[in-house]
Amino acid sequence: MSVLVFLDQSEGHIKKNSLEATSYAAKVAELLGTAAEGIVLGNVQDDLAALGQYGLKKIHTVKNDALNNYDDQLYTKIIAEAVSKTGAKVVVFSNNFSGKGIAPRLSARLKAGLVSGAVALPDIANGFVVKKNVFSGKASANVAVNTDVKIISLNPNAYKIVKGEGVAEVEELAVTMEPSKIKITAVHKNVGEIPLSEAEIVVSGGRGLKGPENWALVTDLAKALGAATACSRPVADSDWRPHHEHVGQTGLAIAPNLYFAIGISGAIQHLAGVNRSKVIVVINKDPEAPFFKAADYGIVGDIFDVMPKIITAVKKLKGIAV
Amino acid sequence: MKILVCISKTPDTTAKINFTDNNTKFVEAGVQFILNPYDEWYALVRAIELKEADTSSIIHIINVGAPDNDPIIRKALALGGDEAIRVNSTSHDPYDIASQIAAVAKENSYDLILTGKETIDYNGSSIGGMVAELLDLPYISLATKLTMNGNIATVNREIEGGEEVNEVTLPVVISAQKGMAEQRIPNMKGIMGARTKPLKVVEPIEADTLTTIASFELPPAKAGVKLVPADNPEELVRLLHEEAKVF
Repeated sequence: MSVLVFLDQSEGHIKKNSLEATSYAAKVAELLGTAAEGIVLGNVQDDLAALGQYGLKKIHTVKNDALNNYDDQLYTKIIAEAVSKTGAKVVVFSNNFSGKGIAPRLSARLKAGLVSGAVALPDIANGFVVKKNVFSGKASANVAVNTDVKIISLNPNAYKIVKGEGVAEVEELAVTMEPSKIKITAVHKNVGEIPLSEAEIVVSGGRGLKGPENWALVTDLAKALGAATACSRPVADSDWRPHHEHVGQTGLAIAPNLYFAIGISGAIQHLAGVNRSKVIVVINKDPEAPFFKAADYGIVGDIFDVMPKIITAVKKLKGIAV
Repeated sequence: MKILVCISKTPDTTAKINFTDNNTKFVEAGVQFILNPYDEWYALVRAIELKEADTSSIIHIINVGAPDNDPIIRKALALGGDEAIRVNSTSHDPYDIASQIAAVAKENSYDLILTGKETIDYNGSSIGGMVAELLDLPYISLATKLTMNGNIATVNREIEGGEEVNEVTLPVVISAQKGMAEQRIPNMKGIMGARTKPLKVVEPIEADTLTTIASFELPPAKAGVKLVPADNPEELVRLLHEEAKVF
């Protein structure tokens, strides 16, 4: 019996979301009185033994270059083999772009109950119950997993990375390899940007900015805070900003520690994508903007007057020349 | 090309969320139900576009649900589905639902199975992956673009901070999101035609229930916004740093 966490990689490095899942898995193992182990597919540059710092006793690797490219069908078969070989009773994923592909496949393959989008540790006092977000963040559900093997896909930024001491044992796992049915013909990365799904702080702009030429008010603050940038739907639809920045009901749903909304009124569709943020700040000239009802802090004022002062204050705080 | 589009019924985005029976049941009274936007705007509309490009294609719609789901199934037919199958089940367990879809898919051998990236009620993002695994097919999730060239599908999928272009030979399961297509409004001809299109009701196969919802919770009410005067924005930065401690 153990807890197994899947550590996914991007360009040879373990993703931040996977480290969150690892810290979570280590805590679940502690609750269950067992050890946490990890599985890494493909070749990575990171020092895997050092992942012991996040609470892993052992890392199972399959160092095959064919696995550097994500294919959930192939990955699922290998992880299923690892589950049976290690006798894992709980399998943890990050509910990120790859977790959303692999976790449901593994659930169907092993007939193991899945909680996708988990936001808290399991309650093991009465069975095995995990809290997840439902109704686009407007409520949560406590999901009971009724199977022997349980799968949890943890929402990004829902669990803090815990780093301590420790060295993990790294062991190559012998598995059956099959050719992938998916050919990756191109990869386009948004160079020099912090991915929205991984960002702890997100600065976001809406129609109140009046046009793409004013976006420095968003990007300057984001740069000073080390934040990712986002936008509302009308902004993406008007091509003021790229579509991958769109957060909301039809865009990306995020849950950063701080969501800083500039000139966004806060329509319910927008809130559905950001309402799980821990702290929400709204700057808007309209005191009736619905976003203020969902906000923790706010300023009713002209963003063109207020934002430069905020940017200067943040830069001063961070010791950046103004 | 034979296409299956999996659709779900969800409360409207603006619906008020309340629970009853000791927080174990969602209150449906007064709630407007809609076709799940990801299933409708992206999966179904892209299927219709593919059919418009290759008119020999057939689009089947599948829904796992109760008879009161029929209006949203008729809407999918009005938009451009050819035939619909409803599996008469009220299960909320993703594995059970995926098993029903896979059972129907096995009988009809589809070239392309499309669904939305998630439903806006249970936000599981699970059905597509489970169906793919049950049918042992490749799965491309979170797709923003799909083009066909013979039996090869070229699919763009979102990854952390970017996009990846995949090529795969049919059959394949794809979950669709924004970018895939644009929302359409059904026209009168479509609405009239949908009334006579076949909507077959089948009884569910036996499938295991792997999870159950023990209870629901509403988030704690927000304490209310702390407003900072517009002439002192520096105070906001101080509060975020010292009180909220977010940077």
